[in-house]
Amino acid sequence: MSTHETAAHETVFAGAVLAKLEALYPKYPDKRSLLLPALWMIQEARGWISDGSVAEVAETLGLTSAYVRGVVTFYTMYHTHPVGRHFIQVCTTSPCGICGAEDVARALVKETGCGDLGATSPDGRFTVIEVECLGACGFPTPILIDDDFIENVTVDRVPAILARYI
Amino acid sequence: MSDELVSVTIDGLPLQVPEGTMIIEAAKQAGVLVPHYCYHPSLPSPAVCRMCLVEVEKAPKLMPSCVTAVAEGQVVHINSPAAKSARQGVLEFLLINHPLDCPICDQAGECELQDFVFQEGRSGSRYDDYPKRYAPVEDFGTDVLYVPNRCILCTRCVRFMEDVAQDGVLEVYQRGDRSYIGMEPAHKLEHPWSGNVVDLCPVGSLISKDFLHRARAWDLDKTASVCPGCTQGCNMTVDTRDSTVVRLRPRPNLDVNRHFMCDAGRADYRWMNRGDRVEAPLHQDGGKLHACDWDTALDEMAALIRASDGSVVLLASGRAPCEALGWTMRLAGNNVRAAAIKVPIGPEAPIGAIPNLALRAERAPNLDGARMLGVSTDWLAAINAVKGAELVIVLDAELDDADIAALSGATHLIHFATAVEPRLAHADFVVPIATMAEEQGVFVNRDNRAQRFLPAKSAPGMARSAWWVASQVWRRGGEGRRAPGTASEAFGSLAPFDGLTYRDLGLGGRVVATSPAGAAR
Amino acid sequence: MGYPHPIHPKETPVLSKHFGEVEARPYAGWVERGGYVALKKALTMAPDDITSEVKASGLRGRGGAGFPTGLKWSFMPKEDGKPHYLCCNADESEPGTFKDREILRWTPHALIEGCAIAQLAIRAETCYIYIRGEFTEPYHILQRAVDEAYANGVLGANAFGSGRRIDIVVHRGAGAYICGEETAMMNSIEGRRGNPRIKPPFPAVAGLFGKPTTINNVETLAAVPAIINQGAAWYAKLSLSSPKSTGTKLISVCGHVQRPGTYEITMGLPMKELIYDLCGGMRPGRTLKAVIPGGSSVPIMTPEEVENCPTDYEGIVANGSMLGSGGMIVMDDTTDIVHVAMRLAKFYAHESCAQCTNCREGTAWTARILERMLAGEGKESDLGLLLDLAENMTGKTICVLSDSCAAPVVSGIQKFRPDFDRHLNVERPLKTAGV
Ligand SMILES: Cc1cc2nc3c(=O)[nH]c(=O)nc-3n(C[C@H](O)[C@H](O)[C@H](O)COP(=O)(O)O)c2cc1C
Ligand code: SF4
Ligand code: SF4
Ligand code: SF4
Ligand code: FES
Ligand code: FES
Repeated sequence: MSTHETAAHETVFAGAVLAKLEALYPKYPDKRSLLLPALWMIQEARGWISDGSVAEVAETLGLTSAYVRGVVTFYTMYHTHPVGRHFIQVCTTSPCGICGAEDVARALVKETGCGDLGATSPDGRFTVIEVECLGACGFPTPILIDDDFIENVTVDRVPAILARYI
Repeated sequence: MSDELVSVTIDGLPLQVPEGTMIIEAAKQAGVLVPHYCYHPSLPSPAVCRMCLVEVEKAPKLMPSCVTAVAEGQVVHINSPAAKSARQGVLEFLLINHPLDCPICDQAGECELQDFVFQEGRSGSRYDDYPKRYAPVEDFGTDVLYVPNRCILCTRCVRFMEDVAQDGVLEVYQRGDRSYIGMEPAHKLEHPWSGNVVDLCPVGSLISKDFLHRARAWDLDKTASVCPGCTQGCNMTVDTRDSTVVRLRPRPNLDVNRHFMCDAGRADYRWMNRGDRVEAPLHQDGGKLHACDWDTALDEMAALIRASDGSVVLLASGRAPCEALGWTMRLAGNNVRAAAIKVPIGPEAPIGAIPNLALRAERAPNLDGARMLGVSTDWLAAINAVKGAELVIVLDAELDDADIAALSGATHLIHFATAVEPRLAHADFVVPIATMAEEQGVFVNRDNRAQRFLPAKSAPGMARSAWWVASQVWRRGGEGRRAPGTASEAFGSLAPFDGLTYRDLGLGGRVVATSPAGAAR
Repeated sequence: MGYPHPIHPKETPVLSKHFGEVEARPYAGWVERGGYVALKKALTMAPDDITSEVKASGLRGRGGAGFPTGLKWSFMPKEDGKPHYLCCNADESEPGTFKDREILRWTPHALIEGCAIAQLAIRAETCYIYIRGEFTEPYHILQRAVDEAYANGVLGANAFGSGRRIDIVVHRGAGAYICGEETAMMNSIEGRRGNPRIKPPFPAVAGLFGKPTTINNVETLAAVPAIINQGAAWYAKLSLSSPKSTGTKLISVCGHVQRPGTYEITMGLPMKELIYDLCGGMRPGRTLKAVIPGGSSVPIMTPEEVENCPTDYEGIVANGSMLGSGGMIVMDDTTDIVHVAMRLAKFYAHESCAQCTNCREGTAWTARILERMLAGEGKESDLGLLLDLAENMTGKTICVLSDSCAAPVVSGIQKFRPDFDRHLNVERPLKTAGV
């Protein structure tokens, strides 16, 4: 279901981005396989995947929009809403959970001013979400800020870490 | 599937079924219906609902019978405690988020969730502390509403659109228990066969706007019939309530329409309920049409035909069944100058993935029956033949202004009519006949399959089947003539169907002679 | 090595020898450390001989199921004229498991070499390495290594001048644990929702793109070069216990131990030594309460079960659980098992692909009951209900995610009943202390 009416959609797959996508074609026997890579490219360019982007990817790969949205909404890393400038994912699954991850998550929400998990801070700087195991359980608590994977985050370290993201 | 047979035992009953048959289908042959939701014989099986689990001896786990093929010597228990308890578990899971709003649900009475819970469900829920999932009703397109709260995510609708209609406008969105069936507002269900998702949905999650709150399933009478929409001849069921047709639905026939019918055919039933019907025979009396009794009408028509040994033109509806066409042709005797049915033409609309299934361009269900009976489709030639003909018989044809103008010059005119036609007030006779919803008859589809339809409601007033009227007039036209006593006899006495009875056709139809035979004379 | 800690004398570093060594990452550094010798050797071997060697080594799948790797390869058709595929499973998402990540980020060329050898064995020109979307750093490192391998003629149309084509494509996931299940992974690579497929058909018959396919875990494939170099006999002898568990195994240990990390042990090392010697045991003043030895999907073990348990496939089964992926979660006496079970149930509910009724509804319902218990509203009937639901979620679905959700609940109730009772009797619940 579409929740965001976007203004006129600006094409992502043109020029260099299109060339990047087309360079992947020979690596797969069909175009459908390009769907995850294509969605990553959209998200890299736009920060999230809008209705217009869903339609554009569908058109580019010869799929239906419903099919594309079915895929987009299956994978939790694709944003179907605009998010803050810096997107923070904090693991709170049991192995981290028993080592204090929930406190770290609370500290992140507080220090960023987001108010709540999933919300964006009023200054548009951060969005914090809880995620499931990040595959770094021996380094509690691991967090992802954008593409940066940060290990051993404790409540005390939160302010200094956040300061690096303007 | 091969021709090899394998021996299996299902709930104690030994039977032989073709190799490759799925257990769920083999069980049907043993007279057992395995409860199921995602499985549908005309769709690929994803085995997701987990409702059809059965116990197979020597298998380590319960097996989904919809995707498990029979094997030689296999022993299957559908109603063992383990299998029943597994299914009861699935039903409980399906119900935890289900609104159970049966009193206002269109599916009630024909709902597979109701049925299987009734058969094998638990009494009472253990999911008592949490709110149920809720999402508002959505408009999915032409005739379809989606009620997400009732959805059991069997994905039949998704698979139909994707794999059968090949127009993947539905998809599961999200994952886990947040999932629902999604659709993009810019691409709704507009495929000409999309209405089938309503029938396919095992619960009241996809419902027809047209049928919304019109009737309760248990108040409906269901009649086997054949769609009169085109030469495909999809088998259908006519649902009536108090003698009013409220819904047409596909009736399975693997050789013709599998489990489907097109949206155009499905929607075209309102004419079956029209009120402006001719209810008594009418004859000219003092320059005006007046009602008379059948004997009078039949005798007078016989006299008219005897007197006019000049030529006869037959103008028939493209929806006229074999019996009506055959017997009006016989009535016209050797003097037929021209005989044609009117065949409306529209765009062809294939379903997608099923070969030989489409809404056909020729929107006439009995085109091939007409050909077999010597009735042509050259309507214009027949209209041109009106001039100079002694007698014109109009068999409920849909007439445009040009047709009416041509008919104004007819010497004599007998109009077999379902509805009042003021433009033909000069007819010698207006004969009240039944519509196909009110009589038995046979259409021959484009693959020469003769298919029966049954009466779903009664004809108004004195209206009778056209074949009956024609044969009664014919009988009066000569010594020793015997009119058929039944519709079946009326059919079997026509040359191309020589001796066939309705019973021979069954409800699935039967392929008849492939080369057009001469008219029954 | 027990990255990020120095090598412990009781470790057997084969795969982990160069963890933490940035110099081992680039192609040149890897070659200096003996890299690609095995691939060159494999290029001279018949495919079936490679498979036989791996079979003889006793190597078993390190992704969770422990299926013998050589046997799996031997299921691939031989002269069928179709393209074959190898999928390398780098989706590592099972809570407690973080061993593949170390291979990916420290020794990417070890994995590439292992993939290439496996490709030769199963006659697959193309391998897709499916790496979870959250592994941003490992993804870039791996992609760089693949590019280097192409640049150095290891990969491509003419691998090491052999005339053989070996292609490797790194495919990024986007946040879905279920894509670690092999058939879901194939769907994901094909650009579909990551729904597991029904079997049969098995991947070796009709897998990725409908073609014969083998799926192997990162650690499994990374172990292959050493087997080719040093021989099956050497590998098979690496075992302190059962002859059915051979070689070394990376165990990633997390939770309440002093030194969490990824340790490489010879199969059969006593679990107690692993926890107390290698990982330094519990933190001061705390005692061992429970261990989940093989990633969150396996039953929880009690200290008594840990006491004499060899860390290998058979030993852990004999002691009430499974080796699984080798992701070990150690919990001390401050841990509330109900909380652990709840958080895991939420994980599975979040990750269920939604196909199967039992899993879609059962995981969410289980999580809700446990949450309610933790909120102080436990009911006497809850435990029976949880066990009933677990029964209805076990052995009845397309994949075993559903079973995995049930396992810690059932073993939790069976082995740690007082923790559950505490939430029924409305006593003060334990508060997990944290680090
Ligand atoms: C729900 C689920 C998740 C899984 N996740 C992973 C995973 O993250 N990594 C992995 O290697 N195997 C995972 N597996 C196991 C794979 O399906 C498969 O058995 C394995 O990749 C085969 O490789 P192996 O034989 O080398 O172990 C998972 C299985 C299931 C059922
Ligand atoms: S809408 Fe109906 S057919 Fe479609 S998934 Fe839901 S229950 Fe099944
Ligand atoms: S295809 Fe023709 S026969 Fe079938 S439902 Fe449509 S109109 Fe009727
Ligand atoms: S068990 Fe769960 S995750 Fe596995 S296929 Fe079924 S619904 Fe999907
Ligand atoms: S549980 Fe947090 S990274 Fe695995
Ligand atoms: S009918 Fe077999 S699993 Fe749904």
